[in-house]
Amino acid sequence: MNPFTPSHDTRHEEKPPGALAGDYWRPDGSPDPLGSGLHAGIGVSLARVDGQRKVTGQAPFAAEFRFADMLYAALSYSTIANGRIVDIDTRAAEAMDGVVLVMTHENAPPLRTPPVFLGSPHGAAGDDYPVMQSDRVHWNGQPVALVLAETQEQADAAAESLLVRYARETAMTDFEIAKSQAREPDSVLGGPATITRGDADAAFETAAYRIDATYTTPRHNHNAIEPHALTLAWHHDGKRETLRIHDASQCVDLAVTSLADVFGLDPGQIHVTSPFVGGGFGSKTLWQHQILAAAAAKLAARPVRLALSREGVYRVVGGRACTEQRVALGADSSGKLQALVHTGVAAMTRHNYLPEPFVQATKCLYGVDNLRLAVTVADMHMLANTFMRAPGEAVGTFALESALDELAELLGMDPLALRARNEPERDPLSGLPFSSRHLREAASAGAERFGWSSRHAAPGSRREGEWQIGMGCATATYPYQRMPGAAARITLDAEGATVEVAAHEMGMGTATVQTQVAAARLGLPVETIRFRYGDSSLAGAVLAGGSQQTAAIGGAVIAAQRALVDALLARLEDDSPLAGLSADDIECRDAGLGAIGNAVRFVSYRELLEQAGKREISVEAKAADSEEKSHWSMHSFGTIFCEVGVSEVSGEVRVRRLLGSFDCGRILNAKTAASQFRGGMIMGLGLALMEETWFDARSGRIMNPSLADYHVPVQMDVPDIDVMWTDIPDPHTPMGARGIGEIGITGVGAAVANAVYNACGKRVRDLPITLDKLL
Amino acid sequence: MRAFDYHQAVGSEQAIERAMRREQARYLGGGTNLVDLMRETIEGPAMLIDVSNLARDIEESESGGLFIGAGVTNAELAADPRVRRQYPGLSRAILCGASAQIRNRATVAGNLLQRTRCAYFYDIGAHCNKREPGNGCDAQEGFHRYHAILGTSSSCLATHPSDMAVAMVALEARVHLRGRDGERVIALTELYREPGERPDLETVLTAEELIVAVELPPLPMAASSEYRKVRDRASYAFALLSVASMLELDGATIKQVRLALGGVGTRPWRAWKAEAALRGRPANAATFEAAIDAELAAARPQSDNAFKVQLARRVVISELNQRLAQARQGGEAS
Ligand SMILES: Cc1cc2nc3c(=O)[nH]c(=O)nc-3n(C[C@H](O)[C@H](O)[C@H](O)COP(=O)(O)OP(=O)(O)OC[C@H]3O[C@@H](n4cnc5c(N)ncnc54)[C@H](O)[C@@H]3O)c2cc1C
Repeated sequence: MNPFTPSHDTRHEEKPPGALAGDYWRPDGSPDPLGSGLHAGIGVSLARVDGQRKVTGQAPFAAEFRFADMLYAALSYSTIANGRIVDIDTRAAEAMDGVVLVMTHENAPPLRTPPVFLGSPHGAAGDDYPVMQSDRVHWNGQPVALVLAETQEQADAAAESLLVRYARETAMTDFEIAKSQAREPDSVLGGPATITRGDADAAFETAAYRIDATYTTPRHNHNAIEPHALTLAWHHDGKRETLRIHDASQCVDLAVTSLADVFGLDPGQIHVTSPFVGGGFGSKTLWQHQILAAAAAKLAARPVRLALSREGVYRVVGGRACTEQRVALGADSSGKLQALVHTGVAAMTRHNYLPEPFVQATKCLYGVDNLRLAVTVADMHMLANTFMRAPGEAVGTFALESALDELAELLGMDPLALRARNEPERDPLSGLPFSSRHLREAASAGAERFGWSSRHAAPGSRREGEWQIGMGCATATYPYQRMPGAAARITLDAEGATVEVAAHEMGMGTATVQTQVAAARLGLPVETIRFRYGDSSLAGAVLAGGSQQTAAIGGAVIAAQRALVDALLARLEDDSPLAGLSADDIECRDAGLGAIGNAVRFVSYRELLEQAGKREISVEAKAADSEEKSHWSMHSFGTIFCEVGVSEVSGEVRVRRLLGSFDCGRILNAKTAASQFRGGMIMGLGLALMEETWFDARSGRIMNPSLADYHVPVQMDVPDIDVMWTDIPDPHTPMGARGIGEIGITGVGAAVANAVYNACGKRVRDLPITLDKLL
Repeated sequence: MRAFDYHQAVGSEQAIERAMRREQARYLGGGTNLVDLMRETIEGPAMLIDVSNLARDIEESESGGLFIGAGVTNAELAADPRVRRQYPGLSRAILCGASAQIRNRATVAGNLLQRTRCAYFYDIGAHCNKREPGNGCDAQEGFHRYHAILGTSSSCLATHPSDMAVAMVALEARVHLRGRDGERVIALTELYREPGERPDLETVLTAEELIVAVELPPLPMAASSEYRKVRDRASYAFALLSVASMLELDGATIKQVRLALGGVGTRPWRAWKAEAALRGRPANAATFEAAIDAELAAARPQSDNAFKVQLARRVVISELNQRLAQARQGGEAS
């Protein structure tokens, strides 16, 4: 049911989809033929390859592995935000049944501070707080002791019985105070903290139509369905010590390199696997629990399982920082933006490298000559904030896209028309052309399906009983990335092919989609593809983050396919029908290699292997350098449409309809893609209406570390969600795809807020939009 | 969680006897609240006496009301055809509480005696007079959006969280208790204490006293009783406010009315003052407004829950208007 016909605005050479991809990343390169839309296996709704295993409980998660003689761990957390541990009375705990070890700063082994993500190229850690190395407490919730016991219950009971005395010191735990001492961070995601083009402030002052407003967003915490967990064992064979970890990880390779630093090991001594992960969203990296579990296992000389409780996740794993953002928009009477200022402050620590980058989306969305973007941070005594689905964009689009709606109203313009009026021809900051930008098409197709034209511009115009009904929209966006380091191994045998990449399946559908892509690329039936991932010993290093995994794996498999074809061609017999052909003349089809444009010149893989006298041929190759972003501005886009009812009596908000129309390049599997979009949009509903960490400003303690009090949407909060996409391939990415993992959450906050305004005339600039703000 | 003994009771006499013999013994219903609190180390009984298999019946009483065994599950009670016919507001109240799974486990007695959800009560790192009298109350200046504005003290703002209990106090439920001195029957409104200086003392029950049943007296107007629950999340959330209401007219005059509020009181809040201001008065907007204002005059809102005054006002007036419209329709029909 796609209203879009694949566009040929891109230079498609008429290569068959099984032909080898060329240098799609270069200005003079050609698009990946697999993105052309000609292969029947791309885009179809292949059901999850691991679905049956998951629903029948056969898919093992990190806390389900076991080692013989394994111990169970429990953590005890500090109740102060800053100060010293004066004394931990461990005697009672040590005397309890089953207790094997109580580890505190007094007996923990020396542990080096882990390298931090973004702070070091091989860092996976969320922060560089020291790990149980002294009596210092840095945040409320810091692990102060770890207990190992024969059963989980014994470990929990012992951990609860510890008596800790603290010497409290003044702590900065109040954002309202901290923000008055905000500082400019060294960088924001590797770029400058302040970006200016033209003179935004002067242009704003003289603009005919102006909106200047402050938007605030609260802290959010991670609530993946699988709380963080690991099962691990040290081995020593007399010569060499190794560490084997079953982790819940979205970065197995970085986990290895980071842990190697902490324990002073060679990365080759550590092996991390993560075959199934119950959601990551940016949180399944390296936090203190993995380090502490490994340290304790070493002290006790026994394997250990540590599964964080839900509360444990809130205490040990960072969340999304709170923000206060100013958006100032100046426009002329036609709606053309003259000035755009987006600045603000986010909570942070001196121990991490992620200033919540809320201006990310603003960099690419609108054509405006005068732009000023600035992120500042307020240092607090807290667990380091971290990545959480669309860090930056999720909360930044709430501010920006609410402001656009306010401007549209001021101008008396349709909000979609205002956005269309400001569509940039090129990237507003870099001046680069967009690799593929079809936001206009996505917006108008979405508007049509949603019935946007039936919206009343005047707030409060529609009602059903006590319910005031309103519609809103907002733009969604998330950047394309293809991080360096990806590699793939393809092993071809008589049965089919095994594709191996050190990538991750966290429920997104990676294993399914990559099986599908590999089958299409190699001209093999999907049943004959084995996709292996989630293992640090496999080729390359691919981070499941930044919505880049599909592209990163894609780039690696493209390189490996070429290596495989080269290897097969090198072993051809002289009288082979393929003799004399080079890789670029070849297409993978019908379980073999064929000459492009010649149905007769074909040899099956089976014959090729036989002739080469091999049972299998295995090749490994690295993805081409990610050069494309230096030639093009590359982003996914979309428009979110929302209809809400607001009770005039109670202020309750109920979302009645939600639609996302996306432009994310080629969609590889309609089923898993729709789930990703919907999941992101549901998370967006949570952000809009209920998610909020209760961070007590007096103590720095998170007061709602449980799903009973930290509210995420339940079934009844989620209406039928409609999703659609342009399916226009990006000529400069593997498979023409741009990544869809995070974009779904972006724009939703503003779409809901704008719909609420349209329903009842109240503009809520402070998330979440709870009923008290609408009374 | 600390280790404890478990005993499955075979009869109420025997359960009480056990409870009297053992220090720190507690009755166990469905365990959906008590066991959670044990896991959080807020409660640490030495023994659990499981009474969830006792008193599992719902019977019609001689007077035409219902006699509900303490061990009846929340799900069973909500689904009972007599409850749905005679006391639909009660059924509604139960169904908008917790989740289907929890309602399948939870018992009538356990629901009435469930403890507050105050975040500071739940966190051993925080000050709480309910956990430890004299320890202080972090909720006063902390997160108290879900907290009470009625019946509070400087020691405690904690809301009684039950939906079912709110509907039951409106229905004038009576609680049958059995203890060392035999049986007694009290009004449900008398079961709960206001926090005052001792928020740790939540009910008038003695240590070994067992709830054996809840009796709902016959109340014809309850056939059109209603329950409205207000919350940000559409389901699986405690009430920011809830209203149980029923109304009977005599011409244009309010003959009888029952009104109870949840989410705003330190105990399931029977709105006596509002009822008094409604009874015998003309059924119109001015009366409704005056009535709820009379009830809320005593409210002590704090910064984060101040909105509840306005919210309660609006929702109660809206509910009374709806009951009025229904009563008029009913009057016309008969
Ligand atoms: C996530 C979550 C959401 C919830 N949402 C709601 C909601 O929206 N609305 C709502 O109303 N409730 C809600 N609840 C609470 C739920 O209704 C209660 O947990 C449940 O009703 C308690 O019943 P139980 O039988 O499991 O009690 P138990 O946990 O077994 O016992 C509770 C208390 O009652 C005592 N007790 C039990 N039986 C007797 C007896 N016969 N005599 C004397 N004392 C006894 C116990 O000793 C204990 O102190 C929620 C609970 C959870 C976990």
